Order: sequence, then C-alpha cells, then structure tokens
Amino acid sequence: MVGKLKDEILYDHNHDGIDRRGFLKCMAWAGTGALCVMSGGVLKSYSFSRLPELSSKDTLGELSFVQISDSHMGFNKPANPDVAGTLKAAVDKINALSAVPEFMLHTGDISHLSIPEEFDTVDQILKGAKPKDVFYVPGEHDVLNDDGKQFLERYGRGSKGAGWYSFDKKGAHFIGLVNVMNLKAGGLGTLGHEQLEWLEDDLKHLKHSTPIVVFAHIPLWSVYPEWGWGTEDSAQALAYLKKFGSVTVLNGHIHQVMQKVEGNVTFHTACSTAFPQPQPGKADSPGPMKVPAEQLKSVLGITDVNYVQGQHALAVVDSTLA
Amino acid sequence: MWRSVSIAVLTVALATGVGTITVGQKNILASAQEKPATTEVKIDNFSFAPAALTVPVGTTITWTNRDDIPHTVVSTDDPKTFKSTVRDTDEKFSFTFSKAGTYPYYCSIHPKMTGKVIVQ
Repeated sequence: MVGKLKDEILYDHNHDGIDRRGFLKCMAWAGTGALCVMSGGVLKSYSFSRLPELSSKDTLGELSFVQISDSHMGFNKPANPDVAGTLKAAVDKINALSAVPEFMLHTGDISHLSIPEEFDTVDQILKGAKPKDVFYVPGEHDVLNDDGKQFLERYGRGSKGAGWYSFDKKGAHFIGLVNVMNLKAGGLGTLGHEQLEWLEDDLKHLKHSTPIVVFAHIPLWSVYPEWGWGTEDSAQALAYLKKFGSVTVLNGHIHQVMQKVEGNVTFHTACSTAFPQPQPGKADSPGPMKVPAEQLKSVLGITDVNYVQGQHALAVVDSTLA
Repeated sequence: MWRSVSIAVLTVALATGVGTITVGQKNILASAQEKPATTEVKIDNFSFAPAALTVPVGTTITWTNRDDIPHTVVSTDDPKTFKSTVRDTDEKFSFTFSKAGTYPYYCSIHPKMTGKVIVQ
C-alpha cells in the first residue's frame, strides 16, 4: 500500500500548480506551519499562505491548533542565516490569528545539532506565542549523540518509550509517534515493534467515529524513499487506523508541503520554519535549497488545521510569512 | 582530532617509507600533502565518496563533511567498531583500522547514506 502512495502526491495547495513560484510559496524558511480547525469531526488544515483568504467562519470549530515544524535552531548557512527570526515570524503569524489556537504541535527538528542552547532558544521564542501548550515529537536532529535522552528530559515527560504518547482534546484523539530512532543503514524512518504494539493498544478503546490526528517527524507515507522520505513500518500503523472514519497524519522532515488522501486517511507534510528542501528527485540531494533573501519569508509558513465535525473533508492550507 | 590525523600520517609514512620521521609540526604537515588520497572520504550531497575503499591494516581514514547539513559516520556492526558524534559542515572524523575485515558504515541521521571500508 505504501509503495502506491508515491504516485499520488498532490503538490497543489495554493491552487497555483507545481510551478516554481507555487513551490517556493509554500516552502518554509521563516517558520512554517499550518492552522488546523476541527469542526464537526473533520479536520481542516490551512497553510499560512491561505490565511488572508479565510473568513472567520472557516476558522471556527470545536477545536483549532497549529502545526509548526523543522525549526532547525542553530542552522546558520546561506539557505537561511536567521532561523530564529523566521521562527519568530511564524509566532507572529500565530498570534495574529483571529481565534487563539488551543495548542501547538511541533513535528520535530526543533534544533539543528541537539545543542541545549538551541532548544533553549526555541523554547524562549515559542513562549511568545499565544497558545501556551506545545506538543512535540523528535526529529533526527533532536536526538543526536545521546539517543534522545535530552529530548525526553525536555519534552517527553509522561511519554512512553522513545517519546510516543497520546491525548484527547474536545473529542479528537491525538497520537505523537517517534520514527527517528534506531535508523538502520540503507533504511527509512522506523517506528519499531514496541511502539506499534503500544499504538494498537492505544486505539483499542476508541470508537470508530473518533477523529484521529497522528503526528510524527518523518512522513508516514512513502514520499520519496530514495531520499529516505518514508517510514519502513508505517503500513502496520496505518492498518491499525483503517477502521476510523477520520484520520489525519501530520508530518515534517521534508521542508515542503505535500498532501495526499488515501481512503479515510489524509496525509500532510508541513513546511520548515528554517529552510526549504528540493522537490523529490529534483536535485542531487535533499540538502537545503538556497533562494534569494528577498524571497525567504515568502517561502516559509505555518499550517493551521481546523477540525469541523460532521463533514468528511480535510483541507490543508499553508501560509507564508511574508 | 588533529592528533589522530598526525598519527595517521606517521603511520602511512612508516608503511610506505615516504618522508622523514621528524617529530616536528612542519614536517608532519609537509608529509600530509603526500599521503595517499584513499585515506580521505568526502561527504558531499548526502553521499560518501569513495563509497567503497580498500586499505592496508593500520590505515587511518578521515571523513570530511562538506555538506550544509550535519552527518555521522557509524559502523553497522553491533557493538559499533566506530561511531562518530555528529559532524557539522567541514568537520572531520578519523578512525584507524587496526584489524583486517570489511566494515560497512552509514550516516545514522540519513541512513540512505552508506559506505564500506575493506581492510586487508
């Protein structure tokens, strides 16, 4: 199943196709994110680039939250010499929303080199955001050198294993998964047996009508395995989620917006708040993409997700920071 | 780091008879120019080059990260024969191979990046 997903990637989140302008527009150097609004049991996700188009009705629901990702605090190369500034720009966007989101999700790569000061800086900047609760999952850059010990101490209180957990908000069930530990040579992201067992058990008691939001750093669908953009054992996790009517999967890692719908599951990757990466296979490697400074903020954004009960659609919209 | 590179140069110099064994920074640096290219592995564009390398026992290999993104150099065996900490742009990691064998390795952050050292 996972292999099939690759051919179904949808790039068009700004209704301007796959052209360079459209691509850059949804990139995230300057603090990317999505506003998620849950209304009537269905989650809608708006990239920050779409925020000006939204009416206040669009952002109303029983629950709204924000996804930000890939802050890479500490990165200082030409692709973006001011990742703190672009993260602050994302926070400003969040604070400008008409309704204060309930909380924020950070889908990993908080830091660039797992250095304590990098985490401190992000913590400090995010303290300036109106939503006070932040739920994290680690990216591979957050667990360097110490097998994730520092990440767990900072962000993993009450979590299981390498930092996975779940919580309920206003009728929706949120699951944070960790797929950046124990990566094997030649392989992709990995959830591992212990986490999959926990997930199966975690879902057991839920009604099939419960809206589910899964968030993890590396995509749980096969975006581009040649660059490691996928998760080896995600098919097993998705099998456990099949019985639910509304499932949203939020990921980071690839520093660009992609979306696909597979049955009842909607997959969404978010921009980075730090620097953009090339489209799959469109460069020699997935290294940082350099764009002119004046374009920087226009290629970064945040994503808002609205949860609307009663409908069965999910839309993700990215907003740039310009 | 610098010390291990220097030791490697001396080792190579001894093995090949190249250079004089003068313990002075100047000579060590001079002979560094002459060491075989095969003791260097470059990390560029998310790949190790050369990806496969055959060297005599006692060789020290130095990896240099030339990407904008940090990488690691970690053997795939367990327990690990060698395991670098994270190496950012232009940072190096060296390891001396004192036993014959085949040593596959990878970047533990980007596991699609793999390489191999054959020590004879």
